[in-house]
Amino acid sequence: MAEFWTSTLWPLIIMVAQSLLVLVVLLIAIAYILLADRKIWAAVQIRRGPNVVGPFGLLQSFADLLKFVLKEPVVPSSSNKGVFLLAPLVSCVLALAAWAVIPMDLGWVISDINVGVLYIFAISSLSVYGIIMAGWSSNSKYPFLSALRAAAQMVSYEVSIGFVIITVLLCVGSLNLTAIVAAQDSKWGILGWYWIPLFPMFVIFYVSALAETNRPPFDLVEAESELVAGFMTEYGSTPYLLFMLGEYVAIVTMCALATILFLGGWLSPIPFAPFTWVPGIIWFAIKVMFMFFLIAMAKAIVPRYRYDQLMRLGWKVFLPLSLAYVVIVAGVLQFGGLAPK
Amino acid sequence: MILPALFFYLFASVCVASAVMVIASRNPVHSVLFLILAFVNASGLFVLMGAEFLAMLLIVVYVGAVAVLFLFVIMMLDVDFTQLREGFIQYLPFGLVIGAIFLAELLLVAGGWVMNPNVTKSITAAIPTNVSNTEALGLVLYTKYIHYFQLAGMVLLVAMIGAIVLTLRHKVKVRRQDINVQNARNPELAMEVRKVATGQGLQDADAGSWVK
Repeated sequence: MAEFWTSTLWPLIIMVAQSLLVLVVLLIAIAYILLADRKIWAAVQIRRGPNVVGPFGLLQSFADLLKFVLKEPVVPSSSNKGVFLLAPLVSCVLALAAWAVIPMDLGWVISDINVGVLYIFAISSLSVYGIIMAGWSSNSKYPFLSALRAAAQMVSYEVSIGFVIITVLLCVGSLNLTAIVAAQDSKWGILGWYWIPLFPMFVIFYVSALAETNRPPFDLVEAESELVAGFMTEYGSTPYLLFMLGEYVAIVTMCALATILFLGGWLSPIPFAPFTWVPGIIWFAIKVMFMFFLIAMAKAIVPRYRYDQLMRLGWKVFLPLSLAYVVIVAGVLQFGGLAPK
Repeated sequence: MILPALFFYLFASVCVASAVMVIASRNPVHSVLFLILAFVNASGLFVLMGAEFLAMLLIVVYVGAVAVLFLFVIMMLDVDFTQLREGFIQYLPFGLVIGAIFLAELLLVAGGWVMNPNVTKSITAAIPTNVSNTEALGLVLYTKYIHYFQLAGMVLLVAMIGAIVLTLRHKVKVRRQDINVQNARNPELAMEVRKVATGQGLQDADAGSWVK
């Protein structure tokens, strides 16, 4: 019995506790990131944004949460009920599952698996199912069109994200996220991170992340001027909340991935004394916030793409560009003697 | 030891159950969704066997790309269920033959394994323990099996080009937008300033000439 306790039950309890901790911190962070998104958007348009609930509107997201949870969920009578209610769960759970492998500081990771970056890529490729299931099961025109758009859009941009990840992996020689950050650790600090040598890929990753998470200017899936609210048209109350949550968690996951791949994860940008005393989690959070700020600004200042232009950008611009960069990086690493052992 | 066994039975039972539901469910979209569930559980089984790279690839390739397109097509089909059932007897012998072949193959594999448990070791390479999964795969894939690997790539390339050639239609009447042409436009090309005499307007001969 004692052996069972130490070998099976205790690690299980620790893992559950860690997961809960990450989940709670992440969800509270998401509440404020959502608020920040609205505030940034408002500031660009010279508005105040939410400023009523709590000081500076700081409790707005929690008020929204209460409102969503207390409303009655309406399931359309002609919908496919099981799939209809499963879709928001799928989208939310998958988005949260990606955080199991993200290292927030050296060793601060629930599961430090060997194929971490591939795991996140797999999870993000699964997230399209929430949208497709919602669009199909609603049994309504706009959600269905939205589901079709989502399927084509996300599959297209996954291809370029895949190549971006491959370029980074070529430089690192490992699929482990902790190893990717460790490979960027050098005496040059911020100048040694991958965003400088792989700058074109950083830009491609940023734009593809926008498209992959259906953020403006690529929010054709929920373009309100064409498709009402897209796949979320028939949803209300808690199911809608889950979609919203899943969407923002997916965005923050992409920001975290960009931080790990290009911005040196938890590493300090200036690699000497007073800056290296700052805990890594703070640098990590600052970098994720910076990435999110870029994404929020894109929403505020860029008009929506047309669908054929979106497809053109994905297949005719990003795919050849990233493919060429993979070849160039591989060649430089191999013939410049820089390849990781 | 208990935990992996527990997860094995979880993944295996869900995998088999969803595989049954793929053929049993009446709605084709539900079938595809169960197929996806089966894929995900199969990748869980791969993880338990230590083949984490394969597990992730299974999800990325099959679930993330192939099954999405599968679902895409099936959602768009206007399936008539009564019509589907009409041809059932007609296709039954064919289905039975395929089922019988599958059964025979499974029995052969299982029988061989029962009679000689070491038979699998004679045809597979030993699993290296000191390198990671990804590295181990790469080391054999790009050295020993490079020709098969390249051949598979060529087959896929030819298939892709074939699919594009078969579906590509260039309709003459469709107005296409060339983004380079659009970006190359400037005020001189797009506009023309005309002096219009009062009370006369543009002469007929000029009308339409300003459209470029």
